[in-house]
Parts: sequence; structure tokens; C-alpha cells
Amino acid sequence: MSEEQIRNLEKQFEERIARDEKIEPKDWMPEKYRQTHIRQMSQHAHSEVVGMLPEGNWITRAPSLRRKVALLAKVQDEAGHGLYLYSATETLGITREEMYEQLHTGKAKYSSIFNYPTVTWADMGAIGWLVDGAAIINQVPLCSTSFGPYARAMVRVCKEESFHQRQGYEIMIKLANGTLEQKEMAQDALNRWWWPSLMMLGPTDAESVHTEQSMKWKLKRKSNDELRQQFIDQTVPQADLIGLTIPDPDLKWNEERGSYDFGEIDWDEFWQVVKGHGPMNKERMKARVGAWERGEWVRDAAMAHAEKKAERKEKEAV
Amino acid sequence: MTTTKNWPLWEVFVRSKNGLEHRHFGSLHAADADMALENARDVYTRRNEGVSIWVVESKNITASNPEHNGEMFEPAKDKVYRHPTFYELPDEVEYM
Repeated sequence: MSEEQIRNLEKQFEERIARDEKIEPKDWMPEKYRQTHIRQMSQHAHSEVVGMLPEGNWITRAPSLRRKVALLAKVQDEAGHGLYLYSATETLGITREEMYEQLHTGKAKYSSIFNYPTVTWADMGAIGWLVDGAAIINQVPLCSTSFGPYARAMVRVCKEESFHQRQGYEIMIKLANGTLEQKEMAQDALNRWWWPSLMMLGPTDAESVHTEQSMKWKLKRKSNDELRQQFIDQTVPQADLIGLTIPDPDLKWNEERGSYDFGEIDWDEFWQVVKGHGPMNKERMKARVGAWERGEWVRDAAMAHAEKKAERKEKEAV
Repeated sequence: MTTTKNWPLWEVFVRSKNGLEHRHFGSLHAADADMALENARDVYTRRNEGVSIWVVESKNITASNPEHNGEMFEPAKDKVYRHPTFYELPDEVEYM
């Protein structure tokens, strides 16, 4: 294709996006659009899959059967979300095996939040309430993003995330209204998960390298800082309501802005975690790669059995 | 990562309880059709989404080419007689 033809196609492409038309897998798209989507969507899929580990940690120790079945259902949903997202990413011409390879070798990232340990039961509450809350803020605008398969996957994901957030907040309510020990446990979980949750919304606008292009492609509708502010403004009253304190001495209602002012985020910590030096990075990857390697013979057995069945069917047909 | 063969891709179609037709819900990898059906049930119908599932191996689907959308889907402008509004009726006819 000549350069002029490509420019022409790019122009038509940008116009389609401006008209809010969905881009579908067989449509022409700029290589950079394809690559950016593979990066973001696979990272999203990886986050769902790795995100099963911190919560999976508490399944066997959930304090009641009601909490246990809810946690099981939530982790099952996350497996499903990973699957929707991997499938949607595959429509861009990358195989799932390639994506796993990228995850397992550290070439592809996943959400920094899952590199924090879950040390008490209250962490299940904090994750549902804060982590899934921040995820919803990120994901709702993605339901109308320009790439059709991503937008459709997000519609399904968002419907289910709402259950996750509510079950988490309910855990926090119960603990916050419980015994002194339970309340302390809830407060301790909030103290540990608050800042990492704010970091989930990404680097500040000034530091975010992909924002401008992503806005153009409607992969993003609001900037990281706007989304973070929205998250804080809606979460602080929820903490107040159950008598927990946000661990930020600089947090203050700003009458003029109609928003909360808040303290400085520790961006050094954020970059450390993103670069693989968070508290649980190594363990998370060890668990993933281990499951993949130890499961190899099972995958091979399933395939061999499927082939044998297909052969038998063919013979019977003859 | 030396798995000799990767599981093929399947497309999943679900007909909802009150739905008239099967709708494409997504895709998944499975070793064979039975496993695809089981996984589709678990993944796509956890919340009463449907009552009937079809799975089709993706390689069996042929899709139309978006570059040919013009000749493929553009309605023929000269065939206005295909639309009910083309036909004139006396005003006395109220419902038709």
C-alpha cells in the first residue's frame, strides 16, 4: 500500500471513530491502534486472572458459608472476565498462548494492585469495595469504547462487577459494626488498600504517556486524574457512613471545587510495584507459571482424547 | 511451554429465555465440542442468560469482507417499491 493510500485509510478510520461507529475485527485499522488495544486488553485480561490469586487465598478460610459462596462466585466471575477479554483480544490477531507467554515472561503487565498481599479476612471486603470500585470507575467508560469486541466484553464485565463491589462493602459494614477487633481489622484493611486503590487509576495526567492517543480513540473518556477524583468523591462518604477513616491527613472537602482535596500519592512505590518489585510480584508469577507448567499434561491429554473421539466418529460414519 | 497442540477456538451463541434467536455471546477455547458446551454454560449462562447454547468451531465461520460492504449491503435506491410507503392508499383506509 502506498503512503497516500494509508493516509487516506487513516483519515476514514478517524472519521468513523468521530462518528461513534464501532471498529470490528475485520475492519482496517492503523497498526498502532491494533497494538495499543492488544496491550491494554491483554493487560486487562491478565489482571482478571492474576486477581484471582489474592482473593483465592481466603476461600478456604472465609468466616461463614455465606461469605465463602459469595467469594467463590466472585472468583469464578473473574475467571470469566479473563476469558471474555482474552477472546476479545484474540480478534486482533494474537493467540492466547502468545498472551500467556507475554504474561509469564513479564513482557505484559497486569494491574499493580494484585501485587499486594491479603493478610486478613477484612482484605476481602476492602478489595471488593475499593479495588472493584476503582475498576468500575475505569471500566464503565470502556463500555462505549471504539473497538466493538472490547466494548461488548466490558458490558458483560461491568454488570458483574457491581455484585463484587457490593459484596465487598457488605463485608466492611459487618466488620465496622462488629466487635472492637473486627472494626480494627476493617480499619487496618482500609489503611493498607486505600493508596494502592488510588494508584489503580494510573499515573498523573502529566506522567501518562498513552492518554492523548487513548482519548482520541475513545479508549479513554476521562483522564486518570479525573477518574481518581471521581473515585475519591464517591468513596469517602461510603467510609464515613460506616465509621471508618480514610488514611489521608490531607483529605478535606473543598467547598469551592465541590470535591475532596487529597494528599500526595507515593509514586515511587507505584513504579516499584509496576516494575516488578512489589511485595507479591514474584509469588504471583510463580503461581501462574507453575499452574501453566503443571497443567501441561492435562491439556495434552484433553487434546489427545478429543482427537481420538473425532477419529472414532469418522470411522463410524464410514 | 511445550504443549504440542493448542485447544481450538469456539464461538458461542445463546438463546435467552424469552429470546427468539440465538445471539453471539463470545468465544472460548476447548479441546472438543462437549467441553466447549460445558464451559459456555459455566461462563456465559451463570445468571439466567439463556436456555439454549450453540457452539461452533471458529474455523467453520466465513465472514463477509468489510471492504465489500458497499455492493453487499447498500440497498438498491431504485427499488423503492420494496417499501410499504411506496403504495398509495385512499385516505379512508385507516389501518393498513
